[in-house]
Amino acid sequence: MSVIGSPASRAAALRVHGGIGRSVRDSLVVAKRNLIRMIRIPEVVIFGLIQPIMFVVLFSYVFGGSIAVGGNTDPNAYRQFLMAGIFAQTVTFATAGAGAGIADDMHKGLIDRFRSLPMARGAVLTGRTLADLVQTALTLVVLAIVAVIVGWRIHEGVLKALGGFALLLLLGYAFSWIGALIGLSVRTPEAATSGGLIWLFPLTFISNAFVPADNMPTVLRTIAEWNPFSATVQAARQLFGNLPEGYPVPAAWPMQHPVWASLIWSVLIIVLFRTLAVRKFRSATA
Amino acid sequence: MPGAIYAEGLVKTFGDVRALDGVDLDVPEGTVLGLLGPNGAGKTTAVRVLTTLIKPDSGSASVAGIDVLRKPDEVRRSIGLSGQFAAVDEYLTGRENLRMVGQLYQMSARDAKARAGELLERFDLADAADRIAKTYSGGMRRRLDLAAALVVSPPVMFMDEPTTGLDPRNRQALWEVIQELVAGGTTLLLTTQYLEEADHLAHDICVVDHGRVIARGTSDQLKARTGGERVEVVVRSPEHIAPADAVLRGFGKGTSSVEKHTRRVTVPVSGGAKLLAEVIRELDGRGIEIDDIALRRPTLDDVFISLTGHAAESDAGETAGTAGTAGTAGTTGTTGAAGTTDTTGPAEAEEPGAQQEVSS
Repeated sequence: MSVIGSPASRAAALRVHGGIGRSVRDSLVVAKRNLIRMIRIPEVVIFGLIQPIMFVVLFSYVFGGSIAVGGNTDPNAYRQFLMAGIFAQTVTFATAGAGAGIADDMHKGLIDRFRSLPMARGAVLTGRTLADLVQTALTLVVLAIVAVIVGWRIHEGVLKALGGFALLLLLGYAFSWIGALIGLSVRTPEAATSGGLIWLFPLTFISNAFVPADNMPTVLRTIAEWNPFSATVQAARQLFGNLPEGYPVPAAWPMQHPVWASLIWSVLIIVLFRTLAVRKFRSATA
Repeated sequence: MPGAIYAEGLVKTFGDVRALDGVDLDVPEGTVLGLLGPNGAGKTTAVRVLTTLIKPDSGSASVAGIDVLRKPDEVRRSIGLSGQFAAVDEYLTGRENLRMVGQLYQMSARDAKARAGELLERFDLADAADRIAKTYSGGMRRRLDLAAALVVSPPVMFMDEPTTGLDPRNRQALWEVIQELVAGGTTLLLTTQYLEEADHLAHDICVVDHGRVIARGTSDQLKARTGGERVEVVVRSPEHIAPADAVLRGFGKGTSSVEKHTRRVTVPVSGGAKLLAEVIRELDGRGIEIDDIALRRPTLDDVFISLTGHAAESDAGETAGTAGTAGTAGTTGTTGAAGTTDTTGPAEAEEPGAQQEVSS
């Protein structure tokens, strides 16, 4: 039989999958593809690591002696306080990667190829965000080791600390759906990279990540306290046992219940942006 | 009964541009339809509608008997798409690319693996199978892209400008694959800017311009309308024009035309290269010195000039506008008079990259 002829015999051999099974399987196929790409282009992963490590070192040693948290000016106290903020910033910066990757696929015509295949509609994006999740987790592991080297410690036990990392990863996963939507909405990977980054600066800085929010002007302080990013930072800090003694916990609900706030925010973001991104994907034209 | 690819009244607008302006298509099972037209004519948009990538504003379409708008997912099981820009993942190896596509066609991992091996062998990519596609040449990438479209041997194939940018050797190789495919019973819709390609591969040709089908028929029917091939001679000295004209008229199938200042004589013929050799012998025998002689086949522009009175122009193409004027003058004169204008003029106007496909 000719390799390229006889369409009928082949088409009949096709298995028909439906529903969730197909969704999961297709997402994993695409995730595997994206992970292979990460291994083949290790620069992306390596640069993704260098930046947060620089932040850890710079903030710890440059700002460490000048920032008082809870009235405590000991640089080590700030280092403990800071790490959850750097971790959270690192996971959210992964959004730019998701966006750029998807914009690149659009640009190269791969999205057209995927969209012409009988695969689950959301799988291309889910596969991408899952691969980014794996990359983010690896980054966090390396970053945590660096943090320990510069003196960061957990004080509430391993289980709670793992819970803290889980919340951080969930936040990163949620944000990668925002990145996916940005990637589908812009024309070039370059635009996705810069468009995926600019809004993260106010988001991560108008928060409790690097300095306590209580010295901010009222408007900024309110934003900081309700910022989804702050909720996860606060939750991670609590679970790591990194809140310094005498640190005043703001009265705002998300700051009082940071674990719940973090979970709710992340799930809300996933539901909203996944819906928008998959809808955008269906009508995407390169 | 509608054919394997059927479309009725397709309309698609992008802003002010009517990329498709009421397109009807009917491709019988097992045949090849060539969509012939310049950049921006709407060819790619038509392919994108039929392959479920975009929804038309109005109209209906079916592929392999399945409604494209109502059951897009079922349509996707029955089609293969090979694009203008080779859509393979350049950081995956050839084998990984094909396995991934196979799995996304819902084949089992084992079947996808076996099929990938088969296709790599068939498309001469076995040696490069485990290299990343980034290292492939343009022709290899195009073959890999085509192999990806053939993973499930779909009954209906779409190829959007499959040979654009390929060198002649790779183009020939791709043509052979396409012919083998069609011999196996596949229905194919291919878009092209080259009349020669449509002529070579397609049973039927639709000429599209500004989102409309402006002519349809077999390649012979179209060529009959464009005057077919012609012989063009440039003689060394002006006194040889008249005798050369007499010789050409003896071989010609229509009225000859003479352009004195370029010493060019043109006549429509049929008989191809064999005839050209006879013409040369005859001219030589009569001692007529020639500077140049060529057998000109109708180009896409000739088709357009004869069908529309203008060259294959784009909305933005200013050069195409001037070429169109020359073409109009040509068609109102004797047959083949269009050939007396500089044929490279209109050809330049359809240079790829000078214009943007509407949907890209």
